[in-house]
Amino acid sequence: MRILLRRSAVPAVQIAILVALLGAWQVAVDTRSISVFFFGSPSGTFRELYEWIRRGTVQGPLWQQAWVTMQETLAGFGIGVVLGVLLGTVLGRIPVLARIFTVYIGTLNSVPRIVLGSVFIIWFGLGMGSKIALAVVLVFFSVFFNAFQGAREVDPGLIANAKVLGAGRGAVLGHVVLPATFSWIIASLRVAFGLAITGAVVGEILGATQGLGLLIEQAQGNFDPDGVYAGLVVTTVLAAVAEGLITLLERRLLRWKPRRRAAPAPTT
Amino acid sequence: MLELRSLTKRFADPAAGARTVVEDFDLEVRPGEFCALIGPTGCGKSTVLSMVAGLERPSAGVILADGAELAGTDPRTGFVFQQDNVFPWKTVLGNIAAGPRFRGAGRAEANARALDWIRRVGLAGFEQHYPHQLSGGMRKRVALAQTFVNDPRILLMDEPFSGLDAQTRQIMAGELLELWESLGASVLFVTHDLEEAIALADRVVVLTARPATVKREFTVDLPRPRSPREIRFHPRFVELHEEIWSSLSDEVQIAYARATTVS
Repeated sequence: MRILLRRSAVPAVQIAILVALLGAWQVAVDTRSISVFFFGSPSGTFRELYEWIRRGTVQGPLWQQAWVTMQETLAGFGIGVVLGVLLGTVLGRIPVLARIFTVYIGTLNSVPRIVLGSVFIIWFGLGMGSKIALAVVLVFFSVFFNAFQGAREVDPGLIANAKVLGAGRGAVLGHVVLPATFSWIIASLRVAFGLAITGAVVGEILGATQGLGLLIEQAQGNFDPDGVYAGLVVTTVLAAVAEGLITLLERRLLRWKPRRRAAPAPTT
Repeated sequence: MLELRSLTKRFADPAAGARTVVEDFDLEVRPGEFCALIGPTGCGKSTVLSMVAGLERPSAGVILADGAELAGTDPRTGFVFQQDNVFPWKTVLGNIAAGPRFRGAGRAEANARALDWIRRVGLAGFEQHYPHQLSGGMRKRVALAQTFVNDPRILLMDEPFSGLDAQTRQIMAGELLELWESLGASVLFVTHDLEEAIALADRVVVLTARPATVKREFTVDLPRPRSPREIRFHPRFVELHEEIWSSLSDEVQIAYARATTVS
């Protein structure tokens, strides 16, 4: 009974902590302990958000800005994941190719990729293309290395068993290599989605005509901390929703994996 | 009839040029015969099985099944591995139906055959479980059913029970004999446990330390059907154990001496 009570109390405590932190911030601003000019305030952020939702932003309706950023994120995520999985699996299964190409991929991986954002804006202009490209580069590497590792470390015993049971090349790939690699890939998707949003927003901050990153950048230019926070809140909500969806997908695809603590196995 | 003729396997070894693991290995297994290969650890027993299964190519020699050469994996062979090697992402049903599916059976037919074997190995009620939810003995039963559902004529087993505790091992050995008697396959059973070899087999083949060749063969003239648990107290069992051990122990000592000088 006491344990039950404690468990149900956890969310309440979590909310209480959040309220206390925001409250302290608001009080600090109201009593002029910190400058509202530099640090903004929770109430100001809330007001700004409310305005965006009700009247729209300087750029147009909020949903339009969010949709632009989401499109860039999704396109970058999709292209990056497909490229990462394809190349990772191929290089993982064909050692000769891996020996040739790992040098290049390793070197490219060491390039601070955010800087490429500037290059992409020159190449692809201020539209969506440059943001998608930046998201792709960020996503690709995180997925590639997981797919590569996963494809390389497929248990040879499982492959031998499939062969003896009658599996041809295609069946070995579909029934053994891909499922084994999947658990590695899926583990990387959540991080990859965060990186895709980062790529899209940073791309917009560097130079854009629309999007949440542009809103943040303009607020920064106007010395409006509340506007920056509001942009952050919207971005975070989108990221959280996407993460939830990926978690659902993960549960579905990795049903066969033991949960953190497996149910006790029945004895023979 | 399964025949191994002068089977040889060499592996490239950067230090010694080539390492011969199996050399001039000759063996015949009659249809329906249970043949145990016993030898010291690391003598190359498993390599012999891998070659018969078509997972490794012999460097020299041939393998014949009913007079025709057996090259590559063959629908007539089944292989039960030391690790169970069941697919962790498939349910018990999916694992056992995998063989028939790989061999072109439709889903309905494959599932029907799998369900029959699930019942025969005593896993009814666990069809939708995943391997991580099962005990070691149950996973081994999945592996057995996975192999038996393909109705192999040549059954290869590589220390299949070595990962199990002593009690489970005996239970599984008994179940294996019952299943084998209903199946009538020729069995090549690799083990380094002499008691297990005598309890199960019609013939025990003692191998030399690496490179593996046939040292001596012993016919196990114990009555069938047998219970692996009770047969150990048969006076003939004790005699055979004595006899075979005197042949095997030399090889074990050679292998042991090598292992300790190398390390």
